[in-house]
Amino acid sequence: MSAPFRLAQGGRIDRARPLGFTFDGKSYSGFAGDTLASALLSHGVHLTGRSFKYHRPRGILSAGADEPNALVGVGRDQTRYTPNLRAPQVELYDGLVAESQNRWPSLSFDIGAVNDLFGRFLPAGFYYKTFMWPRKAWDHVYEPKIRAMAGLGRAPTAADADRYTQRYAHCDVLVVGAGPAGLAAALAASAGGASVMLCDDQAEFGGSLLSETTATIDGKPAAQWIADTVATLRGRANVMLLGRTQAFGYYPHNSIGLVERLTDHLATPHPDMPRERLWTLRAREVVICAGALERPMVFPENDRPGIMLAGAARTYANRYGVKAGSRAVLFTAQDEGYRAALDLARAGVHVAAIADLRPNPDGELPAAARAAGLNIMAGTTVTGTRGRLRVSGATLGRLGLDGQVGQSQTIACDLLLMSGGMTPSVHLFSQSKGKLRFDETIKAYVPGQSAERERSAGACRGIFGLAAAIEDGFARGEEVAQAVGRAGGAVTRVAVTTLAAAPGVHLGAAPHDRDAATVKAFVDYQNDVTAKDLALATREGFRSIEHIKRYTTTGMATDQGKMSNMNALGIVADALRRDIPEIGLTTFRPPYTPVTFGAFAGTSRGQLFDPVRQTAIHGWAADHGAAFEDVGLWKRAHYFPQGGEDMHAAVARECKAVRAAVGIFDASTLGKIEIVGPDAAEFMNRMYTNAWTKLESGRCRYGVMLREDGFVMDDGVVGRMAHDRFHVTTTTGGAPRVLAHMEDYLQTEWPDLDVWLTSTTEQWAVIAVQGPNARKVLEPLVEDIDISAAAMPHMSVRQGRICGVPTRLFRVSFTGELGFEVNVPADYGRAVWEAIYQAGLAHGITPYGTETMHVLRAEKGYIIVGQETDGTAVPDDVGLGWAVGKAKKDFVGKRSLARAEFSKPDRKQMVGLRTRDPHDVLEEGAQIVANPNQPVPMTVLGQVTSSYFSAVLDHSIAIAMVRGGRARIGETLYVPMPDRVIAVTVVDPVFFDREGVRLDA
Amino acid sequence: MQRFSGLDLFLRALGRHQTWKPQWREPEPKAAYDAVIVGGGGHGLGAAYYLAKEFGLRNIAVLEKGWIGGGNTGRNTTIIRSNYLFDESAALYDHAVKLWEGLSQELNYNVMFSQRGVLMLAHNIHDIQSFKRHVHANRVNGVDNEWLTPEQVKEFCPALNVGPNMRYPILGGALQRRGGTARHDAVAWGYARAADALGVDIIQNCEVTAINRDAQGRVSGVETTRGPIRTTKVGVSAAGHTSVLMQMAGLRMPLESYPLQALVSEPVKPAFNCVVMSNTIHAYISQSDKGEMVIGAGTDAYTSYSQRGALHIATHTLDAICELVPMFRRLRMLRKWGGIVDVTPDRSPILAKLPVPGLYVNCGWGTGGFKATPGAGHLLAWTMAKDEPHPINAPFTLERFRDGRLIDEAAAAAVAH
Ligand SMILES: Cc1cc2nc3c(=O)[nH]c(=O)nc-3n(C[C@H](O)[C@H](O)[C@H](O)COP(=O)(O)OP(=O)(O)OC[C@H]3O[C@@H](n4cnc5c(N)ncnc54)[C@H](O)[C@@H]3O)c2cc1C
Repeated sequence: MSAPFRLAQGGRIDRARPLGFTFDGKSYSGFAGDTLASALLSHGVHLTGRSFKYHRPRGILSAGADEPNALVGVGRDQTRYTPNLRAPQVELYDGLVAESQNRWPSLSFDIGAVNDLFGRFLPAGFYYKTFMWPRKAWDHVYEPKIRAMAGLGRAPTAADADRYTQRYAHCDVLVVGAGPAGLAAALAASAGGASVMLCDDQAEFGGSLLSETTATIDGKPAAQWIADTVATLRGRANVMLLGRTQAFGYYPHNSIGLVERLTDHLATPHPDMPRERLWTLRAREVVICAGALERPMVFPENDRPGIMLAGAARTYANRYGVKAGSRAVLFTAQDEGYRAALDLARAGVHVAAIADLRPNPDGELPAAARAAGLNIMAGTTVTGTRGRLRVSGATLGRLGLDGQVGQSQTIACDLLLMSGGMTPSVHLFSQSKGKLRFDETIKAYVPGQSAERERSAGACRGIFGLAAAIEDGFARGEEVAQAVGRAGGAVTRVAVTTLAAAPGVHLGAAPHDRDAATVKAFVDYQNDVTAKDLALATREGFRSIEHIKRYTTTGMATDQGKMSNMNALGIVADALRRDIPEIGLTTFRPPYTPVTFGAFAGTSRGQLFDPVRQTAIHGWAADHGAAFEDVGLWKRAHYFPQGGEDMHAAVARECKAVRAAVGIFDASTLGKIEIVGPDAAEFMNRMYTNAWTKLESGRCRYGVMLREDGFVMDDGVVGRMAHDRFHVTTTTGGAPRVLAHMEDYLQTEWPDLDVWLTSTTEQWAVIAVQGPNARKVLEPLVEDIDISAAAMPHMSVRQGRICGVPTRLFRVSFTGELGFEVNVPADYGRAVWEAIYQAGLAHGITPYGTETMHVLRAEKGYIIVGQETDGTAVPDDVGLGWAVGKAKKDFVGKRSLARAEFSKPDRKQMVGLRTRDPHDVLEEGAQIVANPNQPVPMTVLGQVTSSYFSAVLDHSIAIAMVRGGRARIGETLYVPMPDRVIAVTVVDPVFFDREGVRLDA
Repeated sequence: MQRFSGLDLFLRALGRHQTWKPQWREPEPKAAYDAVIVGGGGHGLGAAYYLAKEFGLRNIAVLEKGWIGGGNTGRNTTIIRSNYLFDESAALYDHAVKLWEGLSQELNYNVMFSQRGVLMLAHNIHDIQSFKRHVHANRVNGVDNEWLTPEQVKEFCPALNVGPNMRYPILGGALQRRGGTARHDAVAWGYARAADALGVDIIQNCEVTAINRDAQGRVSGVETTRGPIRTTKVGVSAAGHTSVLMQMAGLRMPLESYPLQALVSEPVKPAFNCVVMSNTIHAYISQSDKGEMVIGAGTDAYTSYSQRGALHIATHTLDAICELVPMFRRLRMLRKWGGIVDVTPDRSPILAKLPVPGLYVNCGWGTGGFKATPGAGHLLAWTMAKDEPHPINAPFTLERFRDGRLIDEAAAAAVAH
């Protein structure tokens, strides 16, 4: 497993720690500190992927987040398989298993590559123009084929075994990026004690400096300066360093999303370690030091394996001790590219030629190259390349004064380097809604006007020189320290020696002498978008860069245009003969690089997906075998099966027990709001349809609440505890909504009212004791309340003690039976429940759940808001007209109730339904028609809202909302089902004890 | 119009693709038109196409402040279905689905309408009740929608976790097999190209800044960033910015505009075969033909015109996705964006003639109007051409909020998209 392209020395790898890994099943070796890309390159492996559309063989193009080609799947096992990882970002660990993607049967022989042969028939947007005939073929032939071809890696097939966490934090200053500018900014920002967080996506701090072997800073090698600076920062208690942490999104008011990778680089992570951590950060000031990305050159066949960015080759040599080839050609349009040529030559790579697009490269770097004896061909372009799975030669053409390609020659090479210019990474700045500005001198967009408390420093704002970038970092760092009131005085400046580079001025396609209509000069590598595709889009009338992006898919690959956007703009500007700023720029969207779904989900999974709300009595119900149902966040006991009963049997038994003896029910989830203050009654008058002024203390009333538009919003029993105090109950699901609705009115419409609202839902446990024996059960337990029929009539409330604890005892009923609701402080809930249950055993007490509660109330024709009503019912529709205070001056929804629409006789009204066959239980939601034989679409009269088998009545019952229903009582209507039609008779919705005598028992 | 076909593509390929013509012209605005549509989204472009095609109005223009399709048309998760609850809604959305079914051929542009089925998941008893009501209502309305048990859900969409270990286990689902997705850009471009071929001027980078009215109060034209335009009929189809435009005509609309977010994963090989929606836990997911998982999130809690939503809203959607499809937990978010949706109090659209003579509106589609694109375009065209609504859109008036004749799809199911 010798690595022939590993340099004898140099690099930041740890040669004492060799690591083994496999790629497509073949074993290789590397060192600690390698990435998958650098380790593969050390073995001469460039071919690592296939492109999306043409399946062209592709190599490693970059050394970082902008990599579009070398995407791999990595997984310790199936539960930890991740597709589409960029090889230059995958840190090597011992035993790493990686595989290539989007190829079949193998990377070097891929059947899909036939697409490349037919490439001319598959230009940009071809799929909009064909696959339409015959019509059905789209569904059955074309689309399934297209879908099968799409995608890059395969999705994981097993549930993820890793965990993820999240943290929230705030700081004075966030510095994004720990290259030279970022390190300097963090030093200066933290000098006076401001709390500073510094994050960098890479495994090590230093950014571009990590690949720098010749420059000196403060008289020492760059690597030493990084080490010293990081040590200084680490020594400051007010600084937090976050490595392997990407700032992926900039949200309003300086909220930044970061994601920290914790275990992916480890061979054997501790099982308790989360894989990633999502940070939501609020920073008073942000300094973006995100650096710049090198642009590739666009020329024919610029995509063969072995063609890479010059800066990337330099990084592989200097940082990883790997030479990316033996014989290199550099194609550059800027001085920066020469650094790679110089360093590679020094590392022993034969640099066969430097083709410089510029006529007179004359800066310090070209001079150094000349001095080193490198062959500089000025005014030269690359017109094509050779090779299939690896580049084998480049054809260089001299540009004449007229810009035409003159004589050309082919030079053998196994490495072709490109350096088209530098593009500042303005992603975060742009996400923050800052305005970008096009800088003509560097031919790139740079930050203009900020929208947030944010500033950029260094290369990400077009300041490329090392000395200037460090100075910019210091200056911005000092500014933010001042801005947060923690200035630390001027930071001592450092001297920097390095060769200066003149900026590149090239954008778009390089000139060549080939047929522009047929050669493939790639702009977006992964998506196979070529210069001619962009030209085609402009020919077809697409003008906006957003349209061109969408039509050609340029910039939509997984690098999100990092590699392609600027060149695409250049090509489109040329084609349309417009200036770049006129073409516009596509919007930068978060995330900066892809972020794992799991990190966003964090710990919110399984039973922790949402909080579980349990009542004080939950444990008792669970112990007694209750089946639970989810109601909002609550778990509610649904029914209590005994001895293998199914739900129907259990409910039938529970219902009969309540009507015949007594039942006990946990009603604690009901929303409860305490309304207190001198204006409490006035507030109630305005919120509810009912009149409250005359309600005496110690009495209860069923209240109906409307939305402003007159529709029923919520209901519940309200007890008046004192002149200035109401105990309001709401539906379980409606509690938060009702409180918010009340607060909204109180705070915005009636701030003059002297009243306070407090949610007490969780403070009270509520135990409903219902049935003819209810009083007998409670009497011995209640201490100082006379609960006799005379002293405590239906719809009254008393305060006192039960089982030795304070209670608010309501005499109310949602079953139609004599009933009480015992409110006790929640902490006593279970004890009191158990005491009542014990006392009740002698009287046949039976615990029942929500299903029985529903049946019992339906037998009585009591509505459930959200079941009978659906946001389209006014009180009269559901038989609650009586609850609307006719004489009241005002209440929320009153004006709306006056609308003509609401007094139409054909409104849907609540009625009961009986089926011919008493055992036929209608389906809830079933539709009701007058004529079941009419054609579809039918004229529908209404729908079944509640339907049960009543064991007590021994027949099915149903509640329905039916057009003009009350006038139809006695009529026969029909419920059409898929397999049959059920005839029903419209009846009064109260099925049991119409006179209500049992209530008053 | 140059007709697209496989043969044409082949022949032009032999000609090295040099002979393609612009898909639509780039005309200068004229001083006057017979009618003007404001908003070059799918709805506006569709309206222009049907006005020209079906109603013979060809001296018309679509005015778009940015680039066509750049609003919600180009930002949405493209879920198409018609299994709405109320008769009025079912008729409205099914009108659209029927047009979708022939749209590629009608426009000679492959809009990639893909009827892979839309499955809506039930997670609690209330969901079951609500979905069953939908299924029954749709059946008697002639709209396909069927109830699936959890086992049938798993069979239809094998990627889903139907196990009991979820906080809110899947208790079943409502499936509309005719539902699916379409390629959003192609819809805008296909209508633009077809309308342009009929003579419609599609004018981009042209923001309407005022709606002019004559002494009688009738619409007399619009002011734009590219100069004034005279016309007696203005159809506004501006989605999230409708309130702003209507204010220009002195109308206050019952609309609230919210940011709504969506996101995609990196592309992967086919792993999710249909469209799944879960309202209860806020997750909407399908896999595009390109391989990306397309995921819809919720609206922000507060109104805003900023086209980016809050981070925690997207976060909340992804936790739901990871619960529904646990093997997607390791997929990665590639791109996230927002659009501004215009929401009415009853979550149903307003597609109507307005009290201002000559002014028509198509708005209020909120989080779910892409599916209606061909239908809304067609009905807006009808309403403008005849100066009265088609029976299908007759109930969707502005006045219904005054009169209380709501079509409350939100209350019925709280279903988005
Ligand atoms: C994230 C997201 C996901 C969605 N998911 C779905 C889904 O899955 N299914 C579904 O059915 N629906 C969905 N929707 C809703 C759907 O996108 C919209 O309802 C629909 O696209 C609206 O189409 P439109 O043509 O009316 O609006 P748009 O496409 O928004 O068009 C309106 C146009 O008006 C222009 N405009 C505005 N003001 C002016 C002016 N003054 N002058 C000139 N032009 C102006 C705008 O620039 C815009 O182009 C989603 C929406 C979003 C934001």
